[in-house]
Amino acid sequence: MKFAVVVFPGSNCDHDAYHVAKDVLGADAAFVWHKDTTLAGADVVVLPGGFAHGDYLRTGAIARFSPVMQEVKKFAAAGGPVIGICNGFQVLTEAGLLPGAMLRNRSLQYQCEHVYVKVEQTDTPFTLACRPGQVLRIPIAHGEGNYYAEPDAIERLEKNRQVIFRYTDAAGVATENANPNGSLNNIAGLCNEARNVVGLMPHPERACELGLGSADGLILFESVVKAVSEGAFASVRK
Amino acid sequence: MRARVFVTLKPSVFDPQGTTVTEALHSLGYNAVKDVRQGKYFELEIDAASPEEARRIVGEAAGKLLANPVIESYRIEIEERVAV
Repeated sequence: MKFAVVVFPGSNCDHDAYHVAKDVLGADAAFVWHKDTTLAGADVVVLPGGFAHGDYLRTGAIARFSPVMQEVKKFAAAGGPVIGICNGFQVLTEAGLLPGAMLRNRSLQYQCEHVYVKVEQTDTPFTLACRPGQVLRIPIAHGEGNYYAEPDAIERLEKNRQVIFRYTDAAGVATENANPNGSLNNIAGLCNEARNVVGLMPHPERACELGLGSADGLILFESVVKAVSEGAFASVRK
Repeated sequence: MRARVFVTLKPSVFDPQGTTVTEALHSLGYNAVKDVRQGKYFELEIDAASPEEARRIVGEAAGKLLANPVIESYRIEIEERVAV
């Protein structure tokens, strides 16, 4: 069981993700530099948070062309589980691996706080250990997390059950007040049509130990360990 | 040849920065300003044989990188350098 954590120049949550994989879960983990052309034989790929390439031009716009992204695309196309967290989510949308785009937060402020997100779907490799409707308390930290897609694209996402995480209150109700950035339909995270690529703005890797204020994020990593160990993605291993 | 590329958010996309700038202008008394849309401006030096070729190259570059077609549109101007 091996996690590959992609490191772009400007990634800053790469060590958090590596720490969770290696020290909290006891799995194997490797950093993969953005210029690398292999994924180190990993079973799971993590695109971490941060400011890849300084967020120049648009968040994720330059990272999308990093050589390693060709490998990530191949891995995803073969059905391998890929998760993009925060900036990693932004990279996935720019790369076309997930639909939509991120706008500046409605508040124009960098929002850095714990929020509640509801797990809407459990049939992805990163949510299969969750209870349907489970509410997680995990932190966000972003200036551009205001999810946007054309109305017909949003409709398609909802119809295909691709909205995986939604900002809610503690009771799991998606209210306007619970929406920290203005995302359409309170969307905090989604998956691709094949359901193996997941992106979310909140940081589950920063909420995997009680000492950090919440361990609610751990279930995403436990889910993918379970998914891989059950052999769902064995054929993808390179 | 020089190309100018103007990238703006699509009309359907909410522009929180533009809205904030509009409000700031109103607070300065510029109530005649009804709306502001903020965008990006690029100047590109292009080595191309003709304005048409320059436009083709810049159009590709804008569609692939300078603008994100999900949320943005772009407009290109080509300026032919006149020999002195």
